Amino acid sequence: MSVAMPPMQEERPQAPRAAVRPTPFATPILDVRRYNFWYGITQALFDLSLTVPRQAVTALIGPSGCGKSTFLRSINRLNELIPHTRHTGDILLEGVSVFSRGTDPVALRQVVGMVFQQPNPFPKSIFDNVAYGPRINALCAERDMPERVERALRRAALWDEVKDRLQAPGTSLSGGQQQRLCIARALANEPEVLLMDEPCSALDPAATQRIEELMVELKQAFSIVIVTHNMQQASRVSDYTGFFYLGRIIEFGDTKQLFTRPSDERTEAYITGRFG
Amino acid sequence: MSGRSLRRHVTSGLMTGLVAVLSFTAVLALVLILGDLIAKGASSLNWDFFTKNPVPAGQSGGGVANAIVGTGIIVGLAALIGLPIGIGTGLYLAEYGSGRLGWIVRFVADVLNGTPSIVIGIFAWTWLVRPMGGYSALAGSVALAALMIPMIARTTEEMVRLVPHSLREAALALGYPRWRTSLRVVARTALAGIVTGCLVGVARIAGETAPLLFTALGNLNFSTSVTQPMQTLPHQIYEYASGPFEEWHRLAWASALVLMSLVLLLGVTARWAIRQRHGAAR
Repeated sequence: MSVAMPPMQEERPQAPRAAVRPTPFATPILDVRRYNFWYGITQALFDLSLTVPRQAVTALIGPSGCGKSTFLRSINRLNELIPHTRHTGDILLEGVSVFSRGTDPVALRQVVGMVFQQPNPFPKSIFDNVAYGPRINALCAERDMPERVERALRRAALWDEVKDRLQAPGTSLSGGQQQRLCIARALANEPEVLLMDEPCSALDPAATQRIEELMVELKQAFSIVIVTHNMQQASRVSDYTGFFYLGRIIEFGDTKQLFTRPSDERTEAYITGRFG
Repeated sequence: MSGRSLRRHVTSGLMTGLVAVLSFTAVLALVLILGDLIAKGASSLNWDFFTKNPVPAGQSGGGVANAIVGTGIIVGLAALIGLPIGIGTGLYLAEYGSGRLGWIVRFVADVLNGTPSIVIGIFAWTWLVRPMGGYSALAGSVALAALMIPMIARTTEEMVRLVPHSLREAALALGYPRWRTSLRVVARTALAGIVTGCLVGVARIAGETAPLLFTALGNLNFSTSVTQPMQTLPHQIYEYASGPFEEWHRLAWASALVLMSLVLLLGVTARWAIRQRHGAAR
């Protein structure tokens, strides 16, 4: 972990953070401060400020094209690979800016795992898929790999289904299993944050339910941020919800409260299905 | 059936027939060439043909061992030079070539792709044969490599572009550096396609004659020295076919059959590799 994120525990600036903006949550894992993002000359995100609590599921909802995914990809700096993009403001992970000079995007992505909309296993064996991250990041010796792979697969609730065919290609699994394989692959890196970009939109209801149950279990150990178009899903699995609209965060707070007593009329209009 | 419907049916039938005849003509060319080669060349294929060197003009017997080995060396060396450069260029174009430099490289590759091979031969002569003080197999290999590079680069680019973007993102999101993503995930996924492109590229240059006239020159004796002139099959065919002796013509036919078989073999292997790729992708 020391390779991945340069000294953060020791140097975390405690006092200044509290002074900037008091939050209702104890020590947020992510702290977003006035974050703006542009694709070329098109501004996609406007002045985002929010804090993501640790060991909880935070859902981001909102109509298509309102910047939820863009924001998610800003956290692990995947957006940087798109030419002509720029940003202002800051995103702090454990109090350290993900954009700071000392933060290597490659190391950052080991700490901030991501699961995509479409299951995207590598055309390799199930075992190798899960071992990919730990191998490339040299997180453990090859002789400890089976144990690490098993732990990741167990956490992703896939172990019992694949333990007898770890050498089978990852692409031979069903869609829902592939998505859990992708989750296991991300978990094998032992990330602190798990970003999920509409992880269930390509899955059937049964597979969706499994992933939702999984999220509730995983939040014991990880902080999860999930983008979803499914408001029932957001209300089922998340502890906190943020409503995005046209690149701005309109409302952010406790899920139950946001869904029952939204403070903004646009939020209310969206969650009651009047637009979006 | 109304008049309009009838006319549509007739037109459709005529067009289908026309296309079928045209396709048949295209296939017929290959069948005729192969058939003629086998008819005129197969009888001259024997152990001596593959193991003996040419004998002086007018004598009978002898083989083209020097040309077969020479083709192997020159084409092999050209592949050794051309494949890494071509594949690397293709990978660059597909993964990083969205900017101005990528556009220029792509343009140059396309122009080079359309350059007549004899022009490449002349340039190889000017830049390699003259400074090195003599004809050499190495100069021939370089000329062939120059022919091959743009072909390989563009096919590699096409193949790498076919790799789904989601796979790239998956690797990057796991903490892969970009260059390792390109090499270990993207290139490996596209590997079968790249190999196919390479085989087609090698097959294409194996039959080139023009660039070798100015560079490898040809050699009546057996030679494996890359700094000396070397004989190749296309060159051997050119010499024997234009010579006055019946024996030479016979050997030219046989050489042509061997060369054609080599190229066909590469082509079939390439097809097989494509099949493997599609098999792997379900």
